[in-house]
Amino acid sequence: MIDLDELRRWIKKIEGHARSYGLDFYPVIFEMVAFKQMNEVASFGGFPVRYPHWRFGMQYQYMERSYKYGLHKIYEMVINNNPCYAYLLDNNKMIDQKMVVAHVYAHCDFFKNNAYFSVTNRKMMDEMANHGMRIRRYGMKYGYEVVEDFLDTCFSLENLIDPESAFLPSGGSAYDRQALNDEDDAITVPKLKSKGYMDSYINPPDYLQRRKEEMEEARKREGGFPPKPEKDILMFLIQYAPIPTWQRDILSMIREESYYFAPQAQTKIMNEGWATYWHTKIMTRKCLDDSELIDYADHQSGTLGVQPGQINPYKLGLELFKDIEYRWDKGRFGKEYDECDDLETRTTWDLDLGQGLEKIFQVRAIYNDMNFIDDFLTDEFCREHKLFSYRLNEKTGMYEIDDRSLEKIKENLLFSLTNSGYPYVTVVDGNYENRGELYLKHRHDGVDLRVDYANATLERLFKIWTRPVHIQTCVGETVHVRSFDGSSHKERTITEKTAA
Amino acid sequence: MVQRIEQDLNRFRQIVRGVVKKELKKFVTTGELIGKKGKDLVSIPINQIEIPNFRYETRKLGGVGQGDGDLGTPIAVGEDGQEGAGAAGNAPGRHILEVDITLEELADILGEELELPKIQPKNKNSIAAEKDRYTSIARTGPESLRHFKRTFREALKREIASGNYDPKRPMVIPVKEDRRYRSWRTTKSPETNAVIIYVMDVSGSMGDEQKEVVRIESFWIDTWLKRQYKGLKTKYIIHDAAAQLVDEDTFFHTRESGGTRISSAYELCRSLIQQELSPNDWNIYVFHFSDGDNWGGGDTELCLEMLRKDILPAVNLFCYGQVASPYGSGAFITDLAKAFSDEENLVLSEINRREDIYKSIKEFLGKGK
Repeated sequence: MIDLDELRRWIKKIEGHARSYGLDFYPVIFEMVAFKQMNEVASFGGFPVRYPHWRFGMQYQYMERSYKYGLHKIYEMVINNNPCYAYLLDNNKMIDQKMVVAHVYAHCDFFKNNAYFSVTNRKMMDEMANHGMRIRRYGMKYGYEVVEDFLDTCFSLENLIDPESAFLPSGGSAYDRQALNDEDDAITVPKLKSKGYMDSYINPPDYLQRRKEEMEEARKREGGFPPKPEKDILMFLIQYAPIPTWQRDILSMIREESYYFAPQAQTKIMNEGWATYWHTKIMTRKCLDDSELIDYADHQSGTLGVQPGQINPYKLGLELFKDIEYRWDKGRFGKEYDECDDLETRTTWDLDLGQGLEKIFQVRAIYNDMNFIDDFLTDEFCREHKLFSYRLNEKTGMYEIDDRSLEKIKENLLFSLTNSGYPYVTVVDGNYENRGELYLKHRHDGVDLRVDYANATLERLFKIWTRPVHIQTCVGETVHVRSFDGSSHKERTITEKTAA
Repeated sequence: MVQRIEQDLNRFRQIVRGVVKKELKKFVTTGELIGKKGKDLVSIPINQIEIPNFRYETRKLGGVGQGDGDLGTPIAVGEDGQEGAGAAGNAPGRHILEVDITLEELADILGEELELPKIQPKNKNSIAAEKDRYTSIARTGPESLRHFKRTFREALKREIASGNYDPKRPMVIPVKEDRRYRSWRTTKSPETNAVIIYVMDVSGSMGDEQKEVVRIESFWIDTWLKRQYKGLKTKYIIHDAAAQLVDEDTFFHTRESGGTRISSAYELCRSLIQQELSPNDWNIYVFHFSDGDNWGGGDTELCLEMLRKDILPAVNLFCYGQVASPYGSGAFITDLAKAFSDEENLVLSEINRREDIYKSIKEFLGKGK
């Protein structure tokens, strides 16, 4: 066990260094935990106060086992909250603690300043405790197994959200219940106020008539239910599924948690890269004692090590940030540089701009992994870091390196990041065939849905919707619809993909 | 401190147990678990436990990696259900397609489902066993146990501390004082001892299917008895016209073509008990599998004689499982049944199909001996 007073002094010092570099964060509360507690907190997704569910137990067992086999060890755990909570492992050496503390402050800076986190609940610790309490209470009232069964159902659907919707002008779902109820009312064209005798001049009847026709036309266009494909399927279910209030409440809690966690999945590479960039800087320039050098190097190489044939988000993120800093310091960006094809000029290109640091701060504020990779992954970078794309060779049954070009690498990386690696599914009709059936559509981007999972998910969706549910997807080149009507699964082919 | 997670963990274990219990019959008869056995864990494929959602067919997903290699260099085996390596942005929730459960738990489930009684050990005598565990590091030791990484780390520390380290020519040369060795600690534990002697007929009439049945049965018998005794040894005897003591691998893979003389095996079994396994120290279990097609010429009488006089009095349980084969006459089980009608520790069972394994395990182990 290390000297806690000494650690406190270091925390103060490191916080000072972080602030002087320009990092900006909410207060951070550090907690010292044993590795068992660390695994526990990690299985709860960082929140020690969550509702009871066996999936956290499953996660725990998995972590405990891989810790035992030496496959992984959690060094850090930071919670996006105000104040931020960070967990330190109690039997770590001082050098590890210092690294982690520096790493944590950078994460906290990222949480506070990255745009994608701007819509997350900063009092999530409290909110989670509330969720826990409400769900426990439902458990007591309706029976634990009933509630557990419903939670199982919800978890199958929890990824059916639309993280981008928070940035839409409507601030959430693109329609609401009110608008739908209005549908039955007669259309009235708003009139300007006028005295009786002036009315036909201020509100000319032929204009009103024209306007009315326009509105009817618009309504016909928007008359669908939902008016346009809705990606926030959880929201749709919360609003329209015939479920009791307690289930609606649980479903909305699950949805809220999904939205809270979404930005972390969207910025994994950046967030880890940013934290690694700063802990490296703070440690090597300010806080490293000579005697700690070897342990530091050992752990740093552990963090940044790359398994053959894999991507390490810490490494990729760090190197990209360093590359951006370098390029903006030297002015290696923009039209002129991009169009320069003289190798000599390119390799010695140096406008001595010194904008690197400013640029990476800007990037951490407005980017997520998708556009980060899209904008900053370059040919040179791929070559230098020996990136490649791979795919399955059906003949040999092996994953093989298939390309080293920027386009293909980018394509594969972006694919794995799109929608956080999940298929893009929307609800297109909540009253399919005018029989109240639910019709979903999977936007096929070249990879099929996993059939057994899709079927099982439909079954769970049916539990909530209580009417037959369908999902339109593709199998290779043909468009398929899988359906579940409460007792059996059906599958039918509609058309060739090209026609759809 | 009681951990908050305990509750969820217990619930999860309960669910796993439930699934295993429900599927036990399938697991027992297909032998699906045998290949998944580790030292004290069994991996059980339980897809039902995973939470389904809309997701991609992983096999078809490509990805991005980092490292050397020409185009076409294989980097990983494309197994079904394997996680797409390097799926960035998809960090939490790795797929657990298999759940590990301890052999003890599995034995308990088997016991509950088959309503097997707990075994009362014949004697409480135990032999203290010593165990070495390599858990610590020492400054001295044999070279074969030298800890490479620790040694070099010490050397590096020393060189840096003494200023001999040149980063431009990073040479680290450990001297004697730098060397570190893996070291062990010895623990003693008293053990109740049991031994299982598997005897199998490997004459020409025993085919692969028959052997597979024996293999599956022995897996479950092992599992159950391991739960009951701390130390469990197994011995394997194969016989056709002559018998020999073999290791596990040979036991399941030998194919002979000779005739059958069961007495040869009983003879070997008897001498094993008399010479090595004193019934005072050991709880002895004998499981004999054959297609019941014994040679004539009074061999069966010889067997019965040996059983009655020497083997049955020495063992906790003698089980004879007769596996149906297209060639065997299957007379041996009838002979045994005729000769021993009231012996407490003799169990006979006929295994005609794989589905009978379940029943026969219950017959064998249902006595609580």
